[in-house]
Amino acid sequence: MSVDIETVRRVARLARIAVSDAEAETMQGELNTILDWVDLLNEVDVEGVEPMTSVVQIDMRQRADEVTDGGCAEAVVRNAPARENWFFLVPKVVE
Amino acid sequence: MTDLTALTIAELRDGYEKKTFTAEDVTRAYLEAMEAARALNAYVLEVPDKALAMARASDERIAAGAMRPLEGIPLGIKDLYCTKGIHSQACSHILDGFKPPYESTVTQNLWDDGAVMLGKLNMDEFAMGSSNETSYYGPVVNPWREAGGNADLVPGGSSGGSATAVSARLCAAATATDTGGSIRQPAALTATVGIKPTYGRCSRWGMVAFASSLDQAGPLAQTNRDAAILLRSMASVDEKDTTSVDAPVPDYEAAIGGSVKGMKIGIPKEYRIDGMSGEVETMWQKAADWLRDAGAEIVDISLPHTKYALPAYYIVAPAEASSNLARYDGVRYGLRVDGDDIIDMYEKTRAAGFGAEVKRRVLIGTYVLSAGYYDAYYLKAQKVRTLIKRDFETAFDAGIDAILTPATPNPAFPLAAMTADPITMYLNDIFTVTVNMAGLPGIAIPSGLTRTGLPLAVQLIGRPFEEETLFRLGQVVEDAAGRFAPKRWW
Repeated sequence: MSVDIETVRRVARLARIAVSDAEAETMQGELNTILDWVDLLNEVDVEGVEPMTSVVQIDMRQRADEVTDGGCAEAVVRNAPARENWFFLVPKVVE
Repeated sequence: MTDLTALTIAELRDGYEKKTFTAEDVTRAYLEAMEAARALNAYVLEVPDKALAMARASDERIAAGAMRPLEGIPLGIKDLYCTKGIHSQACSHILDGFKPPYESTVTQNLWDDGAVMLGKLNMDEFAMGSSNETSYYGPVVNPWREAGGNADLVPGGSSGGSATAVSARLCAAATATDTGGSIRQPAALTATVGIKPTYGRCSRWGMVAFASSLDQAGPLAQTNRDAAILLRSMASVDEKDTTSVDAPVPDYEAAIGGSVKGMKIGIPKEYRIDGMSGEVETMWQKAADWLRDAGAEIVDISLPHTKYALPAYYIVAPAEASSNLARYDGVRYGLRVDGDDIIDMYEKTRAAGFGAEVKRRVLIGTYVLSAGYYDAYYLKAQKVRTLIKRDFETAFDAGIDAILTPATPNPAFPLAAMTADPITMYLNDIFTVTVNMAGLPGIAIPSGLTRTGLPLAVQLIGRPFEEETLFRLGQVVEDAAGRFAPKRWW
C-alpha cells in the first residue's frame, strides 16, 4: 500500500507536526519505502489468531482507593515554558 | 596504583572491602577519564560535584562496615531515565531544559544500593535508532576502530553512549534500555555485555517511553558477572508500573558458575540469513561448540515466523510511539515554538523539536492507527506478534532451555554509512527484535573479533524470567571467548 502527498499532509495534521512542501515529498518517499517493506506481512495467514494485547499474562494489580499523592503544584508546573501561578499558559483555545 | 577504571564492579567491591582504595579515588579516576574522552561524545552531561558527594557518602558507609550491593560503584545513566533535578531529555530537542521533579524507579533502586552517578549518557533520540546518529547532541563514536584504520565507527544504538562509556572505561557500568535491540546491539558492537530482561522484570516508571509493550530497562557492563550484579539492583516490582511483575528478584550473581550440563540449546535455522557475513556464521558455530564442550546439547529448531518480526515491529513500535510522543506539545515542559493559535503552536513545536527519524516513526505510527488502516496494519501486526511468541513457546515446551543466535548481522560500521536508507539501518536489529516482540529475556556476550579487529557477539534468548540461565550460559561463552578491550586512540 502506498501513500500520496495528500495523505502525508493529513497524517502530519493528525500527528500535529508541521511539514513543508519539500519535507512532505521526502516523507512520502520514505514512508512508501517502509510501507512497501511491511507489506511482507501479507504473506502471513493470521486466520483465527488472537492479537497479542498483553506481553505477560498477569491480572492488572489494583490499589486501595486512597489519596496518596498531590499537593505538589509547584513541581508540576516547574518545567513549563509559560505559566502563571499554578496554571499553564497557552494561546487561546476557545473562541 | 592500578588503573582504577579497568576494574570490574566485582573487583571494586573487593577493593573497597579490603580498603585498597576509596570510592572517591575511583570516582576521581573516572571523572578524569571522562574529561580525556570527550571526543567520543558518550556523555551529554557530567555531574562531577554530585558524583564526588555521593562517593564520599559511600566511603562513610564503607568505613562503617555498612556496604550496600553497589556501594561506591560509579555508573553512567542513559539520558531517558528521569533523574531528579538533572537533565533528562532522551537526547531530544523537544525536551529542552527538562529537569524532572522525580526519580525513575530503576535509578532510585541504584542510589538506594549505594551507586554513584557520573552523568547522563548519549543515546538515539527517544531511543529510536541503531547507531546513535539521531541524538540532538550529535553522534557517539565507538572506541573500537578497525586495525590500522582511523575512521570513526558507530557504537550501535540506541544505547550508544552507554556502550561506548563502558567499553572506553568511562564508568564501571551503565544503565540502558532495549525496545528492539538497543542494549544488545550496541553491546555486540563494543565487546561489552548487555542484557534485556523479561518484559516486566524492571519497572518502567520514570523512563521516557518509546513503545510501552516493548521497552525494558537493563544493564550494560564489562563482564557477565557485572551485568548480573547490576540487574539485581535494577529489577523490582513497582506499584507505579502495573506492567511490572511481582516475582522475587533472584541473586543473579549466584547463578554464575553453575553447570550447563544437559541444557538444551536451540539453534534456529531461520536466523541463518542470505548474505550473512561468513565471520558471523563462524562465530555462531564456535559458540555452539563451546556450549557443547561444557556439556550442553545443541538442538536444531525452527522459529518459522522470524522474518516477519522486523516488519511487524516497524508497525507496532511506531504506533505505540505516536501515542507516547503525543504529550510533547510545548505546553507543560520542554521546547515551545509560538504559533498563531494552539494547533499552530503544537505543529511548529513538534516540527522544530523532533528529529527526522522520530518524525518518520510518529507519522508511520499515526498512519497505521488511523481510520481505515488499523485492521490492515496494527491489528495484523499484533496477530503476527502472537505467532512469533508462539514459535518460541513451542520450542521451550519441547524442552529447549535457551536459544543461541548471532547478536547482529554485522560489526560496527562507519558514521553515515547506513543513514541514506531507513530500512538498511532497521536491519541491524534483525536478530534482536524477535525477543522484544515475544517479551523474552536476551543477552549479548562478546565472542570474538573480525579479521579487521572489530567485536562480534552472540545472543542467548531465554524463557520468561529465566535470566539466571542466561547468565550461567553467558559465563561459559565469556570464559571460552575471553575479554576484549579497545586500543586507546583518544
